[in-house]
Amino acid sequence: MKNKVVVANEKQISKRITRNKLAKGLFLAATLFGMIVLATLIVRIVTQGIGYLDFGFLTSYASRRPEDAGIKAAILGTVWIMSITIPVSLILGVGTSIYLEEYAPKNKFTRFIELNLANLAGVPSVVFGLLGLTVFVRLLEMGRSILAGGLTMSLLILPVIVVASKEAIRSIPQEQYEAAYAMGATKWQIIRTVVLPAATPGILTGAILSLSRGVGETASLLMIGAMTFIAYTPTGVLDGFTVLPIQIFSWASRPQVEFQAVAAAGSIVLLIILIVMNSLAIVIRNKYSKRY
Amino acid sequence: MKRTNFVKMGTSLSAVLLLAACGNAPTDEGTGEESAEGSSGSVQVDGSSTVFPIMEGVAEEFSIENPQARATIGVSGTGGGMEKFIAGETDITNASRPMKEEEAQMLEEAGIEYTEFKLALDGLSVVVHPDNDWVDYLTLDELESIWLEESDVETWADVRDGWPDEEILLFSPGTDSGTYDYFDEVILDGEQIDREASLSEDDNILVQGVQGSEHALAYFGYAYYLENQDTVKIVPIENSEGEIVEPTSETVQNGTYEPLSRPLYFYVNNASVQENDTVYEFAKYTLEMAGEMAEEVGYVPLEEAEYEESLETLESLR
Repeated sequence: MKNKVVVANEKQISKRITRNKLAKGLFLAATLFGMIVLATLIVRIVTQGIGYLDFGFLTSYASRRPEDAGIKAAILGTVWIMSITIPVSLILGVGTSIYLEEYAPKNKFTRFIELNLANLAGVPSVVFGLLGLTVFVRLLEMGRSILAGGLTMSLLILPVIVVASKEAIRSIPQEQYEAAYAMGATKWQIIRTVVLPAATPGILTGAILSLSRGVGETASLLMIGAMTFIAYTPTGVLDGFTVLPIQIFSWASRPQVEFQAVAAAGSIVLLIILIVMNSLAIVIRNKYSKRY
Repeated sequence: MKRTNFVKMGTSLSAVLLLAACGNAPTDEGTGEESAEGSSGSVQVDGSSTVFPIMEGVAEEFSIENPQARATIGVSGTGGGMEKFIAGETDITNASRPMKEEEAQMLEEAGIEYTEFKLALDGLSVVVHPDNDWVDYLTLDELESIWLEESDVETWADVRDGWPDEEILLFSPGTDSGTYDYFDEVILDGEQIDREASLSEDDNILVQGVQGSEHALAYFGYAYYLENQDTVKIVPIENSEGEIVEPTSETVQNGTYEPLSRPLYFYVNNASVQENDTVYEFAKYTLEMAGEMAEEVGYVPLEEAEYEESLETLESLR
């Protein structure tokens, strides 16, 4: 009788151990798959493009000759677009999330807005491009300018920033609010001294991730009429622009093999910019996480 | 303290980028509107991605000769470019097909007068895999029956007796491209293209498709054939005179490679030419440089006389 129970248990245990191993193997495979694909991609881009990546590539404009082609206009365009998108999307996004989490009454209407925000985060970027074309380019007569591009991009990443910021604010322990209230703080004082500092790491992580998406964004900017060839330095927000992914795409679709390599060199630049942005996010986040 | 830190940090990213952007700002200013070095206004060009390489070459040279001028080129496609041209957002639009009637009508309604110029020629190249040793040439009827949705040609044997009984894999440019429009019109009379054909907006994908299968058949712009001559095989086409011709710069230019030679166009807004010196200078420069640039990027120039005629037309717009 006793033996039987032991045997049954052992069987069960070995079964569970096998299952555990299986699960581990599956997850390892999933991780490796992503890593291998990423490594292949990076190796391919780097081997293909490194030959064209030099100082001249960063400081000259696009050209019909692969050896003269450079990425200056695209880098400047991306920087200009980001210089509009970052403040606009951060101010609007964080403001919206603070209102929704701290001030808005918890009723059906608020829930409706929140649901729609989550949905907006999944809307294809072309649709935002159409919106930008109709509202910013045509209705508000901004033309095919940096301003229109930056605002369109802000709209595109806004939902993600709002959702991430809301999560960050929501995860602040209730006790911290109560402590602040107990000391007689007003709502605004609490937001300023408790909520924002504590939510900063989460907000920034969401913001940088969505900004990184913005840096790699093509479709919506093509829609509002971003250029492909530009040979001057923009001097204001109403000038035309091109951005890195559009320039890379344009090179990649050219018939000449040399241009594929130029496109790869452009991709390396884009990758480096993204890595720098993400590292910056991590540094800022760590700095603020330590405090709380 | 913490508060100010937060504010600082919140804007630090954007501030850094803003500064970086502004650092470059003043370089173009200060020399004033009128400069000794040619025109200093701006010209907005958009349209076909097929025409883009030629225009890019032109704009590149133009910018070197007129450092104060601002020439920008977009690639919204022939149709997308037309839309912006109709909206009055561009001065010049490139097209890899002639303007459609409805587009002309919309321009009229918008009160925009325009002039059509031919820029260069492109020979749509029909290609197969290099190991394909049976196809010596194709007639227009054969091409039509292969590509038409409503035909029973499925295998090479259906095209001509003695050819292998293997299904033909078709690769075609996507329906947004002027290349597709042109082929559809001259070969298929606007009928439905075979639904089994693989369509791609990126011609490099078509090249890879043909390289990947012995039984493949594709068509695309001459420049893509020129770049891949070693890995794909050109199919000569029987023209309407019964001559069997393969696309070369000569046969495309002298018109014997027909009907698959097509002109590439650019359309100029007449008002822009009259009011904006830079647009006029740019259009003139384009006509002067088009032949050379076309050749350099893999297209076929028009006869010299045609460019001269166009230049006269342009002058008459002033």
